Amino acid sequence: MGSLKTFKPGGVHPAENKLSKDRQIEILPIPKVAYIPFSQHLGAPAKVLVNRGDQVKAGQLIAKGEAFISANIHSSVSGKVKKIDNVIDTSGYRKSAVVIDVEGDEWEDTIDRSDEIKKDITLSQKEIIDKINAMGVVGLGGAAFPSHVKLMVPDGKKAEVLIINGVECEPYLTSDHMLMMEKGEQILTGTKILMRALGVAKAMIGIENNKPDVIEYLTELAKDYEGIEVYALKVKYPQGAEKQLIKALTNREVPSGKLPVEVGAVVNNAGTAYAVYEAVQKNKPLFERVVTITGKSVKNPSNWLVRIGTPISDLIEAAGGLPEDTGKVIGGGPMMGKALTSLDVPVVKGTSGILIMKEEESDREIIKNCIRCSKCVSVCPMGLEPYLIEKTVMIEDYERTEAERVMDCIECGSCQYTCPANRQLLDYIRLGKNIVGQIIRTRSKK
Amino acid sequence: MNILRVSGSPHVHTDNSVNKIMYGVIYAMIPAALVSIYFFGLSAVRVLLISVVACLLVEYLIQKYLLKSEISITDGSAIITGVLLAFNVPCNLPWWIIIIGAIVAIGIGKMSFGGLGKNIFNPALVGRVFLLISFPVQMTSWPVPKPLFTKAVTDAITGPTPLGALKGELYKEGATIQKVMQDGITYIQDGVEVTYRIPSYVDQLLGNMGGSLGEISAIALLIGAIYMLFRKIITWHIPAGYLGSAIIFSGILWLADPSYFIDPLFHLITGGMMLGVFFMATDMVTSPMSAKGQLIFGAGAGILTILIRVFGAYPEGVSFAILIMNAFVPLIDRGFKPKRFGETVKN
Repeated sequence: MGSLKTFKPGGVHPAENKLSKDRQIEILPIPKVAYIPFSQHLGAPAKVLVNRGDQVKAGQLIAKGEAFISANIHSSVSGKVKKIDNVIDTSGYRKSAVVIDVEGDEWEDTIDRSDEIKKDITLSQKEIIDKINAMGVVGLGGAAFPSHVKLMVPDGKKAEVLIINGVECEPYLTSDHMLMMEKGEQILTGTKILMRALGVAKAMIGIENNKPDVIEYLTELAKDYEGIEVYALKVKYPQGAEKQLIKALTNREVPSGKLPVEVGAVVNNAGTAYAVYEAVQKNKPLFERVVTITGKSVKNPSNWLVRIGTPISDLIEAAGGLPEDTGKVIGGGPMMGKALTSLDVPVVKGTSGILIMKEEESDREIIKNCIRCSKCVSVCPMGLEPYLIEKTVMIEDYERTEAERVMDCIECGSCQYTCPANRQLLDYIRLGKNIVGQIIRTRSKK
Repeated sequence: MNILRVSGSPHVHTDNSVNKIMYGVIYAMIPAALVSIYFFGLSAVRVLLISVVACLLVEYLIQKYLLKSEISITDGSAIITGVLLAFNVPCNLPWWIIIIGAIVAIGIGKMSFGGLGKNIFNPALVGRVFLLISFPVQMTSWPVPKPLFTKAVTDAITGPTPLGALKGELYKEGATIQKVMQDGITYIQDGVEVTYRIPSYVDQLLGNMGGSLGEISAIALLIGAIYMLFRKIITWHIPAGYLGSAIIFSGILWLADPSYFIDPLFHLITGGMMLGVFFMATDMVTSPMSAKGQLIFGAGAGILTILIRVFGAYPEGVSFAILIMNAFVPLIDRGFKPKRFGETVKN
């Protein structure tokens, strides 16, 4: 097993805690009221198309992504638009959303709801990209970058390989794992669709070897799909980060500040490949996704197919209710997820999991002096010096912060995870990125 | 419902901590401490106790009355300084000199810079070098090891260290390494002619030779070092740079003139080499941050150690070498940064 691929430098090994492993995906009941935000993706919010009182069906376009980087939003339920309101989303801010009173479950007629797996790809490259755009598909790994934008290779660049991210390196989360086990054919067909959209003949699926069942299953299935190969990767966080996964699989390093296509690679999440399959083959917009609900005190850690816009409290109920000793509720995994401020936050396209942490796990420990142990330096997957960036931000020497390449930081949190002095390295690095980002933008305007 | 806590990611943390690292180092020093007690008996216990208690007390008093800050003596770092200071002095050192050493080590070497993590120089070495310069006689009178359970003639016999004996003898006209090794060294002590023989390599490895408390047994120190490497308290970079450069440099000298320059193995297992390489040069606070920087730091200390031992006025150079390299750490940190991801594009 010594020959397994992985990335370098850096990386950490947080406890995996995959409590909901092997729990088959169940279907969560449709919520009574759905809250569907207009901005579930990176880029500009979509523009609303419905008014109060309108009847909508599941799959109906309710907001249009008009900017270059934006995505369409579809209704996930059928019913009546109650209002357009501001609701707290995963970011903790109030964002505008369509609130729909659910009545029945009527879908758009164009959606193919049969169980048949359609493997034949009939659409052309351009038709595929247009379809993905129309169906509102975004990256389902967490960042929710609009997928059609990713598939449009800039002039002068050439995509050589499609990488499918099945790493799921975040502790606790199992939604991709279960999806790959249950929808293998669909994901591989989705991969073929993405390959055609990019015009590449080769796809690599990267999966960490803590999921031997998926590796075996997909390797077997992939024999029937020309050009797709499955690679087992050594378990190491943050292998699911785009640049680290490319490094692990191709040994190429995406240059600082550049896109993956610079080294000929385009990365898509396994869940995204499934959404692409559904969009292109089944004409189904992205309005539901698999979400893991988990945590050490959660009665029933499990994986659910959830309609977008379902309040997470529904999901928590399905998993046995909110535990007594809850201290923190996180949207996503423990390494990069966001602490939620409310249980009414709706599930959005980028929600891969809800992690409920016990009170005793929730508080940070007392901060001590840096003892220069250099662990943050050795675990940083971007080759940065987190302790130094922290210091430059503390003394507000932002020129130095920029010179220390703060903008290269992928916010994986490995430095703060590993710091024996409990220093809040990533908090300061985020602050530094924010300020340096502003400085760079003002400079480029001049 | 409970109040939900909100904070930035990551939401999980390693179970490693400053205290665990410090106590790990303390555990790693136990074998060497036991060997020193075996060879020097109760006087070793005496030095260790005085030194550790004095270091803890000095830190406590400074934090309580001078800085009026939080007391942090339980973090283990003052204990490390205390043990290391004891390891770096002879076992018959008067108690008040040990206390002066503790005051300098903790007071000047550590607290004056702002406490743990802020000091530039290794505190124990600051204390040790201060004592060496201020009390050269007491600091270089080395009791002859007197293993427990053996009947020793007398308590107060002192003799040279192998390094000191060799260096002193080689100054004399016509002396060669081979002659010294064979005939030993003859000198007058209290009107009696005494012959000192350089201990065999086996004795040197085990620690049956004159020297500071903790430096004598290379094997005990290596056991501690392996423990620290295993627990990932230290990495291999500094020891590799240090030992590598010391072996190469002393090896070149030895090959050039084996009658005047002793072989590399002798350099490795005598004096404070092992103690310095694994327990003092690897001090996190006072060593560089990047792997490259750590290699350079170690290599520099190795060359300086041999330079001082062979060409300098002192027979031993480990303390000075490490302190000098400590001073270069900020420069090394600037000059040797980790390779940035995506800096050079490989295709």
